[in-house]
Formats: sequence, structure tokens, C-alpha cells
Amino acid sequence: MEPSAKVIANRLNESKVNEARVNEPQRLSTLDIELRLLMEAIYLRYSYDFRDYAGASQKRRVVQAVRAFDCKSVSELQARVLHDPDLFMQLLQYLTIPVSEMFRDPSYYACLRQEVIPVLKTYPSLKIWVAGCSTGEEVYSLAILLREEGLLDRTIIYATDINPQSLEKARKGVFPLDRIALYAKNYQEAGGQLDFSSYYTAAYNAALFDRSLCDNVTFADHSLSTDSVFSETHLVTCRNVLIYFNRGLQDRALGLFHESLCHRGFLGLGSKESIDFSDYSQRFEPLQKRERIFRKL
Amino acid sequence: MTRPTQLQDVAAIVVGASAGGIHAMMQICKDLPTNYPLPIIVTLHMQDMRDSRLAALFQHHLRLRVKDAEDKESIRPGILYFAVPGYHLSIERERVFSFSCEPPLHFSRPSIDILMESAVDAYGANLMGILMTGANQDGAAGLLAIKQAGGICVVQDPAEAEIDYMPKSALALQTPDLILTLAEINALLISLGDHHVH
Ligand SMILES: C[S@@+](CC[C@H](N)C(=O)[O-])C[C@H]1O[C@@H](n2cnc3c(N)ncnc32)[C@H](O)[C@@H]1O
Repeated sequence: MEPSAKVIANRLNESKVNEARVNEPQRLSTLDIELRLLMEAIYLRYSYDFRDYAGASQKRRVVQAVRAFDCKSVSELQARVLHDPDLFMQLLQYLTIPVSEMFRDPSYYACLRQEVIPVLKTYPSLKIWVAGCSTGEEVYSLAILLREEGLLDRTIIYATDINPQSLEKARKGVFPLDRIALYAKNYQEAGGQLDFSSYYTAAYNAALFDRSLCDNVTFADHSLSTDSVFSETHLVTCRNVLIYFNRGLQDRALGLFHESLCHRGFLGLGSKESIDFSDYSQRFEPLQKRERIFRKL
Repeated sequence: MTRPTQLQDVAAIVVGASAGGIHAMMQICKDLPTNYPLPIIVTLHMQDMRDSRLAALFQHHLRLRVKDAEDKESIRPGILYFAVPGYHLSIERERVFSFSCEPPLHFSRPSIDILMESAVDAYGANLMGILMTGANQDGAAGLLAIKQAGGICVVQDPAEAEIDYMPKSALALQTPDLILTLAEINALLISLGDHHVH
């Protein structure tokens, strides 16, 4: 016989012995206070503004850094970071999630090829902004796509990020060889028709991508939290960056994209990103909802 | 005021499961009404496929509204939310969802630990955590965090679980408030709903 819901509920209430604070707003823990102070210190000392990032993931990454740098607390990490710019650079690698992939979400690139490129072809010259480009995989993917569509020569790509180490890697265009099988598969799924190996030369454990892909690429330090628009663009792609921001900072970034984009310009986001909860939800219209590709209204 | 968390104090339910989890979820959500007074937030490990059909599958069988959680969406009662494959799902203090692409935890992204630990920061003691069948230890630490914050912890009876590794991992870390069969968890959820209707 199954016990009734009432019996279970009673059993539960009898079993609760631990004292808990209930139905009160969650108070800031010491750790939460330390995290806020750390972000304030970083902003004042290094002008990087992480104060409006989504807290849960930021907290996990700082806690990892505290362990990795052998600190007893976030406060200790803060004291060290304030006095040691090199340590800040190391912490930045935790704060920025420098992970990427070529032709990540192949269907996104297929959609760019089929639905966005034909419109872009009608412009005599093009400007594209890859915001939060990390180590450059997205930039090289886009450059390959544009070359195959005959657009690369008349396109300027601005590839921006706040992490100088990532930007340096992006400029070099050298990616680990053990990732290439995945990238080649993604490339094919994205509608690529050539032999992927024609875009790189393999040496040791690395693939060095064709330098000429980057002839018209400008890699630059630019923060979506603190900097402003620098150019008019026809396409902005900003993938898997906005999820690390809170709503207010997402709105700031979307505002920059809206301002930068030309009339009916295109915006591409990460495959699970959404503008539905933003002030800008009515200022872009979905071109392909599933691929998160929008047009400026 | 400090007193033990009781059923009427619960403001959200977080659930984790892996192998066998779809069937288990169906059982515990059976007959929950459309106007259920709490949000139910679920991380189920799935094969890493880009498009999960979980929400559609469950909506077909349940009266409760079912949807995929979305980044920066405010959490509302009466909805069963699923974490989407490929991204960790967290709950922010403001009780909105956030996604992230940090590396998998316990080979899993989304990870149950990440959902539960962030839920504790958002809901404190006003939380019920449920961990069920699965071949993975993900969730055991998260459920412990719920326990330590004073929330209510429920573990599926390992004797009944399709794969008992996940519930046993939870039991290795704590003695939960309740060890229940799926039918009993279902009854508990229904009664929890009744406690909120005044
Ligand atoms: C997870 S990576 C995404 C890489 C690539 N777009 C992709 O989807 O594969 C996130 C990137 O956003 C960058 N980022 C974080 N905050 C930023 C900000 N305020 N402004 C510009 N870039 C930022 C990080 O440095 C990191 O390189």
C-alpha cells in the first residue's frame, strides 16, 4: 500500500530538525560580498568592468581561481590581484571563458550562407563585427565562408574581445591539430564544399591557417561593458557572450549592436541565446528564429 | 524568524536525473494541475543533441505547462522548465535563469550540481531538491548544498530506481529528509501544491 500524500507530508514535517531561515530574502553571504568587492577593485584598478555579469557562473569561476592560485579566500585573491598585474592577467583567463570552436553550430553558418550572404552580396563593400571573438575560431570560419562566396576581398572584419591573450592567439591563427577533425566535420555540415585542409598547413601538433584569410581583419580590444560603437556595420555576430551578462548589460550590448548596424542590418547570436527578455526585443525581428539570426528594425 | 522549512515554505522545486530519468519524471509529474503554485526546474542528462524534444514530449502528457528554460527568463510558478543540452543552467539571485558554456561537470553539461548549487543561492531554505535514477554522481553535491542551506531533500528509493548509482551517491553524502518511490514523490508534489492553495 502506498502511503497517502498526507502521511508523507507529516513524515516530512516530523523529520525536519535542522533550523533554517525561511521566507526571507536571501541575504548576501560573505562570499557574495567578497565577489562584489573583487569586481569593484578590478574595475577601479584595471578598468575591466565585470560588475554586471551573471553572478552564478562568475562565482564558480572565481572560486576555481581562488583554488588555482592557492588563496584562502576571495579577499586574499583581491589583495594580490590589486598589487600584481600579472596575476590579474591570469585571473582574466577565468573571468572570460576563452573557449570557442570553428563552425560551432554548423546550421548557423549554413543559414548565414543561404539567407544572409545573398543580401550582403548586394552591397559594394561590407563591414562585419565579430564581438567577443575569443581565440578567433569564429573569425576564421566567417572568413572562409566569405571567401567561398566571393565576398572576402570587399569585406572588412572587426574582431573584438577584452582578453588580450585570446586576441593574440586569434591573430596567429594557429589551432591545435586534434581539434581539426571536428572543425572539418562542422565545415562540411555548414555547407562547405572544398577540402577543409586547403585552408591550413599542418606542422607539429598545430594547424596554421592561411594568412590571407585575415588580410582585411582588424583584431582589437573592445569591451561591450565600457566602450562605444566604432563603425557602421552590415552584420554583427556575437555568440555565447551575452549569456555571461545580466539583463542590464545585455541591453547595453544589444544597444551597441543596434546603433552600429546599418538599415536592416543582421545580428547573429549563439544558438541558445535570446533577446525576448531584453528592452531590444522589439527592435530586431527574427530572420531565422531557430538559428538566432535577426534583422534590425 | 528561524524554524524548520515546511512544505508551505517551499518556493521552488529542482530535480535531477539521468539514465531512466524521462520515465521517472513522467511518473512524478503525473496529474499536477495547470495552476500548480510552484516552478519545477529540471536537469535531465540527455545525449548531447542540439535540439532536445523533452519539452514537447512532456507537454504531450502533462497538464502543467512545460518549456525549455531560456537565458535571463524570469522563473514563474506553474511551469515545468527543462535545461537545454549543451549549456549549464543556473539560477541567479534575482530568480532568473542563466546559461553558460563552462566545461562539463561529471561529464555532463547541463550539470545537476550546478543547477542545485545556484538554486540554493537564489532560494536558500525555501527549496526542495529531488534526485532520482541515474548512472552518474552528478547531483549528489548539489543536493547536499540544499540540505546544508536548510531546504528539503528527497531521494528516489534506490531499490526502485532504474539505475541506483545517482540516488546512492546522494545517500553516501547525507541522510535526506525523505527516501521515496516515484509514486510517493508524485503524491508529495501534489500535496505540496495543496499546501500553497490557501
Ligand atoms: C565563450 S567565448 C565565445 C567565443 C565565440 N564567440 C564562440 O561563440 O565560440 C566568450 C568571449 O566573450 C569575451 N567577453 C567577455 N566579456 C566581454 C566584454 N565585456 N566585451 C567583449 N567581449 C567580452 C570573452 O573574453 C570571451 O572571449
